[in-house]
Amino acid sequence: MKDLNNHQYAVEIKDVWSYYHDVPALKEVNLDLQERTFLGIIGPNGGGKSTLLKVILGLIEPDRGDVRIFGKKPKEARKIVGYVPQHSASRLDFPINVWDVVMMGRIGKTSLFRKYNPNDRKVVKESLEKVKMYEYRDRHIAELSGGQRQRVFIARALASEPKLLLLDEPVAGIDTTMQKEFYEMLEELKSHITIIMATHDISAVSIYVDKVACLNQKLYYHGSKELKPEDLEEAYGCPVEMIAHGVPHRVLKAH
Amino acid sequence: MLDILQYTFMQNAIVAGLMASIACGIIGVYVVVRKIVFISGGIAHASFGGIGLGYYLGMNPLFSVLPFSLLSALVIGLANRRTNIAEDTVIGILWSVGMALGVLFIGLTPGYAPDLMTYLFGNILTVPINDIYLMLVIDILIIASVYLLYKEFMAISFDEEFAQVSGLPVEKLSLYMLCLIALTIIVMIRVVGLILVIALLTIPASLSREFTDKLDRMMMLAVIFGTVFTFIGLFLSYYLNIPSGATIILTMAAGYMLHSHSREKIKKPHKINDKILIESVRYQIL
Repeated sequence: MKDLNNHQYAVEIKDVWSYYHDVPALKEVNLDLQERTFLGIIGPNGGGKSTLLKVILGLIEPDRGDVRIFGKKPKEARKIVGYVPQHSASRLDFPINVWDVVMMGRIGKTSLFRKYNPNDRKVVKESLEKVKMYEYRDRHIAELSGGQRQRVFIARALASEPKLLLLDEPVAGIDTTMQKEFYEMLEELKSHITIIMATHDISAVSIYVDKVACLNQKLYYHGSKELKPEDLEEAYGCPVEMIAHGVPHRVLKAH
Repeated sequence: MLDILQYTFMQNAIVAGLMASIACGIIGVYVVVRKIVFISGGIAHASFGGIGLGYYLGMNPLFSVLPFSLLSALVIGLANRRTNIAEDTVIGILWSVGMALGVLFIGLTPGYAPDLMTYLFGNILTVPINDIYLMLVIDILIIASVYLLYKEFMAISFDEEFAQVSGLPVEKLSLYMLCLIALTIIVMIRVVGLILVIALLTIPASLSREFTDKLDRMMMLAVIFGTVFTFIGLFLSYYLNIPSGATIILTMAAGYMLHSHSREKIKKPHKINDKILIESVRYQIL
């Protein structure tokens, strides 16, 4: 608390443990993340990436430990956190167009019973322009490609004007050219917001993010863009060559 | 034909049909898009306990069913959110327990239970004026709630997790929506009866989905469809002297099937989707 004024972390996680029934999902997780950093979290399936994001969002209460978002508890920080969930395309048959989906991002800023105001519409328009989807605003969400839809859900998160943006496997199901565009958009965003992205995509992580962490119940993080080979081997439970095949020098220090 | 409109019972029937169509058009849209038809059916059938209680206490069953169906809605909602019991199990238990209680109460009531069939299968031609006032109050409450909570209801229906993350009181809103469904069921008891309620909640709403991609327009269309079908069913049942609730349901079902049939006929030649194309190519090769 002593240096709260001049040096505040965007995310502070101290000794967090979380169990799913009796199985540990997170063990002794510690993380200090500075503002305006783009952190990539990699790790095997079932390694707890989604759980960690949900702990940061306050959707899951950790069994032990403490989480602070800009010095606040997760539930109190919800207004400054944007979230792009995994498989957010699961309700394609819902009668809603692009504009109304992004408008939903404003709901945390508008009190109960109130209608959206002109400023809300302005922010929604800007968010859609940022992801280059404004011209699709009247389309039904089922009429978009997977990549376009993902950008709409990012616009929804941006519309809440977050200081911290959480992305859960954002490129799953998006083709490679779209992925590149998508990462370039995130690179632009990180100039003014903090981003945490959980992903399988090790090669993208190596190119676009500032910091890398590896999660398999335990979080391996050294505040840098490189991971130690032995950490990765422990997390994935197999030799590094198999994990980082093709791009070892970007994620890993030359060894 | 218009001379039958002079009769009070017919005027009441028309007003009751309109009230029911408004309630089920608006709330039915949420039931359909949230895919909670089975939950609504559970609340409706469990409400039979309230009908039985009304007979037992010697009061208007429509008033004793009110707390009963609201309680069923809250029990289903809370059990789904706060326990690990599977949703369909909770519904199944409540569904049958409510009905069993109703049968028990009626069995304990001395003598014969008059008009029991009316509550189970509806009779729009015998709606008393007091019940119409109750329906009116419920309709006003439903319209006001949906007007004021439109964006919140849309958010929890489309993406509950995002609504939670945005700081909305998701559990309270969901429970409130279930209570509105319970109230809608009460409005419809006199028109189509507890057993047939699900049809009125689902058919107009899902038919309206075929014509629009917007939630509010769906509601308006569903109200119109509901009203038209209810009136057609009402007049058919009057002139053919057949049960009104069943006639209304069958009219709706016929309208729905007619639409799906005509859609198949019109759309197919124009819209060849990839799957069909691939299939036909495959057949040609073979």
